[in-house]
Amino acid sequence: MAKIRGSIIVNVDKCKGCEVCMVSCPTGTISMAKEVNGKGYNYAFPANPELCIGCANCAMVCPDGVITVYKTKI
Amino acid sequence: MAEATGIKEIIKPENLVYKKTKLMTDNTLSYCPGCGHGTAHRILAEVIDEEGLQSQTIGVSPVGCSVLMYNYLDVDMQEAAHGRAPAVATAIKRLLPDKFVFTYQGDGDLAAIGTSETIHACNRGENILIIFINNGIYGMTGGQMAPTTLEGMKTSTSPYGRDVKTMGNPLKMTDIVATLPGTYYVTRQSVHTPANVRKTKKAIRKAVQYQKLDKGTCFVEIVSNCPSGWKMTPVQSNKWMEENMFPFYPLGDMKTPEE
Repeated sequence: MAKIRGSIIVNVDKCKGCEVCMVSCPTGTISMAKEVNGKGYNYAFPANPELCIGCANCAMVCPDGVITVYKTKI
Repeated sequence: MAEATGIKEIIKPENLVYKKTKLMTDNTLSYCPGCGHGTAHRILAEVIDEEGLQSQTIGVSPVGCSVLMYNYLDVDMQEAAHGRAPAVATAIKRLLPDKFVFTYQGDGDLAAIGTSETIHACNRGENILIIFINNGIYGMTGGQMAPTTLEGMKTSTSPYGRDVKTMGNPLKMTDIVATLPGTYYVTRQSVHTPANVRKTKKAIRKAVQYQKLDKGTCFVEIVSNCPSGWKMTPVQSNKWMEENMFPFYPLGDMKTPEE
């Protein structure tokens, strides 16, 4: 059976760490980093990249549009 | 398993699902973390891009948090005096009827100082799109009470909560303009969850298409959060909005064109 795999890229420098993407992710892929970016925000990053299904929910709600989503069938 | 499939295999141009639209410039948004303004800007830019209207669009930006909107959207923009965006948009649309004209206003701009301009532009049925961001507070100037502030809501100028006896009742602007004969499409949406973002995008797309029909004003209210003004984290403010704003400002279409 074909399995859907996704992947996200977060523009770390522009992320403001609002956590809205983390809440909207249905699979728990995204977490907030312990480190901070240049502006002092704990940025979002895909902590569990193998769980991503490429639904683009995180990118839809991101106020700063920092998330790019890729999806493929394998 | 991650090693077997490989993240690099997935990240290829042909697998792209979602990317920030080119109509949004690369400038960093000046909004606070989690503010609904950024999402509203992005979906408006996406709709303009997908409808192929970039060169035919003229936007009017307000006074408020979104005053620097012309830095973020790669379309022609005009700045208006506080509250006067519908009046400026009226002039633009009458002089250049082929252009797609929209205004983007907050509640302090549209519902307080610009009440008369908004109501009269809607009553005349000017063929423009008005996008109204309602967060129940003056966000830019430090969280003062706005006409749309809920009863009992604490702001910096109503520290004990809004008392309707002395401060009046919250104003439902969208319900008012829905009763006017000049409006064609009036709706209230929000941008705090993926489902709501998709619904709002659909509503804006409808409003953009209705402007070509020359039937009247389209009015899209977006109930939004203000984490800084409400003194909450973005996630808390979204929850607070669901529990307190939506019962008073229910989402949905107020006026849809008769098919």
